[in-house]
Amino acid sequence: MPSADKLLQRLRRRPESWLVGVILIVGAFLSAAAPGFLTTANLVDLLESYSVQAVLALGLFVVLVSGGIDISFAATASVAQYLAALMAARLQLPGFACIGAGLLVGTALGCLNATLIHFVRITSIIASIAMMSVTFSLLMYFSGGKSIYNLPDWWTDRIVFWQTEDAAGDLTRITLPVVVMVVAAILTWLMMTRSTVGRQLYALGGNPEAARRVGANIAALHYVAYGFLGFMAALAGLLQAHRVGESVPSAMYGTELAVLSAAVLGGASLSGGIGTVPGVLCGIVLLAMLQNGLNLLGVSSYFFQIVIGLTILISTSITVLSTRSRRRRRNPAGEPAHG
Amino acid sequence: MADLFEERAGQAGLTGLMARLRGGVPGGFPGLTALLIGLIALFSLSIPGFASGRTAQAFMFQVPLLGLLSLAMVVPLITGGLNLAIIATTNQCALLMAFIMNALIGPETGGGAAVLAILAALGAGLALAAVIGLVTGALVAYTGVHPILVTLGTKSLIDGISIYLTRGTPISGIPGLYSAAGNATLLGMPMTFLVLVVMTLLVGLILRRTPFGVACAMIGSNIEATRFSAIDTKRVLVGVYLMSSLLCFVAATVMLAIFNSASAEYAQSYLLVTILAAVLGGVDPFGGFGKVTGLMLALTILQVISSGFNQYGLSNYLTLAFWGLTLIGVMAVQTIRPYLTWPRRPG
Repeated sequence: MPSADKLLQRLRRRPESWLVGVILIVGAFLSAAAPGFLTTANLVDLLESYSVQAVLALGLFVVLVSGGIDISFAATASVAQYLAALMAARLQLPGFACIGAGLLVGTALGCLNATLIHFVRITSIIASIAMMSVTFSLLMYFSGGKSIYNLPDWWTDRIVFWQTEDAAGDLTRITLPVVVMVVAAILTWLMMTRSTVGRQLYALGGNPEAARRVGANIAALHYVAYGFLGFMAALAGLLQAHRVGESVPSAMYGTELAVLSAAVLGGASLSGGIGTVPGVLCGIVLLAMLQNGLNLLGVSSYFFQIVIGLTILISTSITVLSTRSRRRRRNPAGEPAHG
Repeated sequence: MADLFEERAGQAGLTGLMARLRGGVPGGFPGLTALLIGLIALFSLSIPGFASGRTAQAFMFQVPLLGLLSLAMVVPLITGGLNLAIIATTNQCALLMAFIMNALIGPETGGGAAVLAILAALGAGLALAAVIGLVTGALVAYTGVHPILVTLGTKSLIDGISIYLTRGTPISGIPGLYSAAGNATLLGMPMTFLVLVVMTLLVGLILRRTPFGVACAMIGSNIEATRFSAIDTKRVLVGVYLMSSLLCFVAATVMLAIFNSASAEYAQSYLLVTILAAVLGGVDPFGGFGKVTGLMLALTILQVISSGFNQYGLSNYLTLAFWGLTLIGVMAVQTIRPYLTWPRRPG
């Protein structure tokens, strides 16, 4: 069977294939140990509760591919969410205006990051740390840390696209967050693999100088990458408020590292130029499964962080060691090719 | 103009590099020094009683913990890495030491036994920090995974263990003997501040005057070239993360003295501030360059902003926002300056 052999070889070359293997093993273990795990209701529920992180991770993935890094996206999401919530709750503006304004604010903050990184030439991790402390602190200062509870119905009402009830009475519902996540994933995938901009972003992350010499507009690419992350962050922020039914200024704060680890777990390289949308989604799925499975097993939620830590350490080590044995690495120091 | 050219050529060459490596003159940061003097002048003029001994005393109580944590961040930064686990390491060491002190010292324990118990606790904390540092260093050096990822993993792991074991509650009740020693003053300076001064001098000496320090800077500049110049880069990297962890242990001892308790949650917001301070102080985030003097200057600036804003009655959040703006401003000036001083670029 030469074709099956070739397929196996191609699969082995894909960085996320081993991740799928890990997911299958963990899934098999959990479904054997926790009876409630392998039900459609639970799996869809899982998907919904991680939709916000998935949207964030997809945005971050684009920046990682371009060779940069961004820590400020959670702050951006909070700012966009809170401003939209203010417009909706205090000014009673219609839905499209609030959503549009929120997305616009997120994109603008992302573009501001791009300006700092490209034109002021600040390293991306430093620029985003600085921007994070500026935007999040100002948000906390002006909001006084107060939450907005009276969000309008158009924002908080559950939107169910499809639902079914099984014999046991478990309700399986495909809701708005899941649909948004799927659409965001498809759009990101299309942009990164089917458009010139996507190819150029990979080129920029792989070798910025080469990308410049073949005529890519580096400034525009930076604006696309960080602007896209800002847009996705705002989208995630709006989605998060939709899920919980209120806007808490500090709700998203602190998710940066979890999202970053999911993206990296999914094979997005911190050196830039490497990573796929399916891989990032696999990273999210693995983290979600671990958390949910441990909950079902009755393991203390305090334990979860230990598991995340071990997962990151083991998976990244395996990825690097396995790629190293196959080919000599382009950049042995593993330093970001571009800030 | 001729000396300008020579100076530029010299800076680009090996002599320039060595001058940057071996420099370390306190006056080497004109921009930061000017900023600091300007800030102090501004606050002294607008706040009556700002330039007083009391402000200096408060400064010396506030700066040691952040200073030690920043030192722990700077050592890996100079090699082009990063240690995101410093806060987690510090908290776990503090928790372990607090636990041992509480377990060994009861209300009726005598002075001698209490000293022994405190020493045992310190020893255990030191050992824990050493183990964490060696494991982190080995992971960074031998797997080749980027330090951001490795330390993200160890941070999550260490934090997780601390939270799991304590359920997130602080351990309080540090023996009076320890806190008394920790909060004692010498010549009007708090003990904790003296610890910071000693550690700063020590780290500065190690980074500037030892083969290990030079190797760190070389690794930060170009790890491959360093390896080819017969330096065991893996051993140096292990040493770097070991040193970073040991500095966390020192930070933990200071933290116990300041807070009189230990928790998995303390000082988490300092993580990004240490990076901010390091970069503000001229440490190149890509590695290779950085001086302890610059770091301390930057810390002083941040702390002066903080206490000035505090005395204006402004919120802590505004302080943090202003710290971020300062960082952006300093980096922007660094970018723009070449265009200002060299309108005709020789080329």
